[in-house]
Amino acid sequence: MSWFQKIIPPKIKRRAESRKVVPEGLWSKCPSCEAVLYTADLDNNMQVCPKCGHHNRIGARQRLALFFDEDTGSEIAGNVLPVDTLKFKDSKKYADRLEEATKETKETDALVVMEGKVENLPMVAAAFEFRFMGGSMGSVVGERFVRGVDAAIKGKRPFVCFSASGGARMQEGLLSLMQMAKTSAALTQLSAHRLPFISVLTDPTMGGVSASFATLGDVIIAEPNALIGFAGPRVIEQTVREKLPEGFQRAEFLLEHGAIDLIVDRRELRKTIVRLCTAMLRKPAPKIS
Amino acid sequence: MKVTFLDFEQPIAELEAKIEELGTMQGDASVDISEEIARLKKKSLTLTRQIYGKLNAWQVSQVARHPQRPYTLDYIQNLFSGFEELHGDRAFADDPAIVGGIARFEGEPVVVIGHQKGRDTKERQYRNFGMPRPEGYRKAMRLMRLAEKFKLPIFTFIDTPGAYPGIGAEERGQSEAIARNLYVMAELRTPIICTVIGEGGSGGALAIGVGDRVLMLQNSTYSVISPEGCASILWKSADKASIAAEALGITAPRLKSLGLIDAIVNEPLGGAHRDPETMYENLREALEDALREVRERPLNALLNDRYARLMGYGKFKEAKA
Repeated sequence: MSWFQKIIPPKIKRRAESRKVVPEGLWSKCPSCEAVLYTADLDNNMQVCPKCGHHNRIGARQRLALFFDEDTGSEIAGNVLPVDTLKFKDSKKYADRLEEATKETKETDALVVMEGKVENLPMVAAAFEFRFMGGSMGSVVGERFVRGVDAAIKGKRPFVCFSASGGARMQEGLLSLMQMAKTSAALTQLSAHRLPFISVLTDPTMGGVSASFATLGDVIIAEPNALIGFAGPRVIEQTVREKLPEGFQRAEFLLEHGAIDLIVDRRELRKTIVRLCTAMLRKPAPKIS
Repeated sequence: MKVTFLDFEQPIAELEAKIEELGTMQGDASVDISEEIARLKKKSLTLTRQIYGKLNAWQVSQVARHPQRPYTLDYIQNLFSGFEELHGDRAFADDPAIVGGIARFEGEPVVVIGHQKGRDTKERQYRNFGMPRPEGYRKAMRLMRLAEKFKLPIFTFIDTPGAYPGIGAEERGQSEAIARNLYVMAELRTPIICTVIGEGGSGGALAIGVGDRVLMLQNSTYSVISPEGCASILWKSADKASIAAEALGITAPRLKSLGLIDAIVNEPLGGAHRDPETMYENLREALEDALREVRERPLNALLNDRYARLMGYGKFKEAKA
């Protein structure tokens, strides 16, 4: 070790050394506070910015992997697959859009459903893949949701849904709209069996998803700053021709207006949900690890 | 009332104008022109038949939005008796974009609920163009609960561009108001018969559209998004609305073939507004049939049927697991 290296304080030294081994592309910038973050730190923090707490969007499978106890999740209704009933075509064919979305996301549609355990409590959970055609709800999303609810009833488990969706899928026409009725109706059965439905609204939850099961939770939780609403902000702005108030349709706005029960940091979600569900099932309080 | 003609009806409009002109001339004409009038009337009829025989989806949506088309209150006044309109959601306000109350249908007490559009500028504004706010849906739900309590069947009439996209509507929970109705209607312990009489605009329509029978008038539409909205999102231009209308499959025959509605109620030639009396009679018969059918089922069986029908919505394939 040269005399120069000896006089550098250890903190700086570590940084200088690590810079050598970090390849490019492993840094990312927080879209909210613009802090430059080491991607691994973001990964280890559930994609929440360690500096400002900004919640980045996450994929369906990652969401469920973070939610369930390790290696307990198994997929439900993954074999239910989309069809292009209307032979819908705009600038692209619906069939081609589906294929592209599948290539990009490795998913076959916008909802992934699994059963597993959370802090040892058996649950069924569904999560939207927003990158799959904007998390839009068509026939497959509706059917997978219902099969998830059915599995919850069969296994006497709570049902949790993490929403992230632009709304109904236009490419399936009225079939998509009817998924609102179908998913909402399924929840009447879950209720009849006195099983909890926890709806978690993540960024963004809009349109037909927001106006159906997502706002029908026994408890409705939102992630901080998530955009949640029926009509999109642009449509509203065009309709009312005035500037929207600060923070309009954000989770905090909804909490203030009494539309949701609570806002929970992603890193606390599973603990909160387990506490709520064990209480609603009149089970002993969980020993949370 | 003078008929307002749509763009695609202009050839009919021209003929009708000519007929009217001749009609006023007839009084002082030295020659008999009644033959000519009869000939033109026949021609107009044939032309109307031709045009209406092959309406495309976009043209149908023009008819569905026709400013002279009968609205919910017209049907209530002509098909029901003793209507007492009931107001308000008991929490915030009364929403004039949805009307409802207790009435009698063929002597039997029932609850009626429907979107209401306005006839002139002032009333259109008052009715907010038939676009409900949360309190409208909550009023509807309150009336449905009333119907359930007193074992009255429910008739709903759907005619809205959609739920209102406004600041106040969002603040008061537009999403929840719609969602709650879907949930409540799925298990409401009384028969529900829904009819799309004009525009079935998305979630705002569906929020009073879950039931045991769903009927559509021949020239009504029912869609997940307005053709204009869909065009501006997917084609990046609202001008492509006619293409979007076709692609979305919003007409009654198309939706019947998809199994999403039960029956189509025929309209008089040229649309419901051309001959409202015939329209009322056609709908009365259809509603009588629907009520008789749902009445034949014991309530529990009816609710099971309703649930099964809701679960059956959707088209997908299943890969072997």
